[in-house]
Amino acid sequence: MSNKPIDMDIAHVAKLARLALTDDEAAQFAAQFAHLFTYIRQLQELDVDTIPATAQVIPLRNVMRDDIVTPSLERDAALGNAPDWEGPYFRTPRILE
Amino acid sequence: MTRVLGAAQAVAYEPVIGLEVHVELATESKMFCGCRNRFGAEPNTLVCPVCLGLPGSLPVVNRRAVELVCKTGLALGCSIAHVSKFDRKNYFYPDMPKNYQISQYDMPLATGGAVTLPSGKRIRLTRIHLEEDTGKNIHGGGAMAAASATLVDYNRAGVPLMEIVSQPDLTSPDEAGEYLAALKAVLSYLGVSDVKMHEGSLRCDANVSLRPVGTQDVGTKIEIKNMNSFRSVVRALQYEIQRQTDVLRAGERVVQETRTWDEERGLTYATRSKEQAHDYRYFPDPDLVPLHLDDEIVAAWRAELPELPLAKRDRFLAAYGLSRYEADLLTGERTTAEFFEAVVAHCGEPKAAANWLLGDVRRALDKHGLTLDATRMRPEHLATLICQVRDGVVSGRAAKEVCEILVRDGRHPAEVVAERNLAQVSDRVAIEALVGEVIAANPESVAAYRTGKAKAFEFLVGQAMKASRGRANVELVRTALRARLG
Repeated sequence: MSNKPIDMDIAHVAKLARLALTDDEAAQFAAQFAHLFTYIRQLQELDVDTIPATAQVIPLRNVMRDDIVTPSLERDAALGNAPDWEGPYFRTPRILE
Repeated sequence: MTRVLGAAQAVAYEPVIGLEVHVELATESKMFCGCRNRFGAEPNTLVCPVCLGLPGSLPVVNRRAVELVCKTGLALGCSIAHVSKFDRKNYFYPDMPKNYQISQYDMPLATGGAVTLPSGKRIRLTRIHLEEDTGKNIHGGGAMAAASATLVDYNRAGVPLMEIVSQPDLTSPDEAGEYLAALKAVLSYLGVSDVKMHEGSLRCDANVSLRPVGTQDVGTKIEIKNMNSFRSVVRALQYEIQRQTDVLRAGERVVQETRTWDEERGLTYATRSKEQAHDYRYFPDPDLVPLHLDDEIVAAWRAELPELPLAKRDRFLAAYGLSRYEADLLTGERTTAEFFEAVVAHCGEPKAAANWLLGDVRRALDKHGLTLDATRMRPEHLATLICQVRDGVVSGRAAKEVCEILVRDGRHPAEVVAERNLAQVSDRVAIEALVGEVIAANPESVAAYRTGKAKAFEFLVGQAMKASRGRANVELVRTALRARLG
């Protein structure tokens, strides 16, 4: 098992998550992530070839609903939960395509 | 002779094209909630806590949507996954209120398969997966642009969306058009979508790169978006192939990017990416449990597949003695094909049924802005009309008039013929009288005919038909005229 520290681009991850980090915060998170990776890296010591990959730990499958229409919200109620709206629309700061 | 070889000599390039087609599924309700799946409703009236991503709400998979994707996969020869799951595709853009779209990353419902073109060429598929559609952003224009805001309608957010990804097997813009038409035909036969490109229920992105003819090189891939019709897909690809050819011939390199098709200006331009990093950080959606599809359910879906367009076309060719052209047109849409067969079942005249459906019926539908689905004309009505023409009850010309009324009003032909007095006149005494009148009224043409002018005869036939409002039996008119003129 490699003990090389994992290099993580904190600035990139912060940008993807739309987080504005100070330099101090970035350094703090980098250290914490390194710690996490070291912990998770223990898995590499185990033989998992015979264990099927899983995306869920809940012992359920095929939870589905029939294709039946149920009532939607009143528009005023839907819009009223948002910070901003205009006429029948939700309103956000302008985005460029 | 001096001639510089190399730089001045144009290298020939060939395009390598792949298509990504998004299809909104024709379910009653949305993918993960019970809001109605409908185009054109008032903004934000088909929304609920689930499709608005409100805290504490949980998605539940629409069983019918899974079935429709799997049936599409089976119809296209895909393998259906035994185990499949949903993943979150994360990005910040207000077309999804959750800041992620539920999609499928590494375990799609269907893989492999192919779309077969009319030529027989198979365009291989990579995969078909199921996801949710996004909301609609309304940008700028007038006061809103000044107000620097974007308005959002979430009616479409959460509508079941099937993505069909082809391999880069297409080698020309026209072939891309054929692929879309063939795929659309299969989808409409299956009834999985209403496949209306102008309403966005079928959307297409294209990937295109160039390579020197005859090589297996992989060129830089350009993605084109925003094409709103089959025709614009073909045009955008033509434009983009020419643009890339010009870039390469100028000795420059094609830059990998996404480009937007501008229908009005007929060109593509580089798009500003909505997520520059293209790092969607997919991970399994913890709110949704996996799907396990056993052989039994897949076999049941397979058994429910209808006859598909190409199989139907081949059967029409063999069973009805139609031309390839007629068979292609009749089987392009399931409603047309089924209408045709219902007409034939009633009157047993396949050739005439094809002629009427592809000719006068289609013209009348276009004229009145109708489709075969929307008209009240019944197949047995058209079959009756075809029999009436065959049996000489109405003339071909009068039948055209009747046909339009059938298409427009959905009435029985016998009723229309009686009401409009369009029954063909085959009574000898009446025809004799009619011919007598025409001869008396056109002495010059009679004289011309007698001096050997054949055209004059046709003129007299025309006059007789006109005088009878198209009702006279034209063969009897000809016989009577010949007899009288000697």
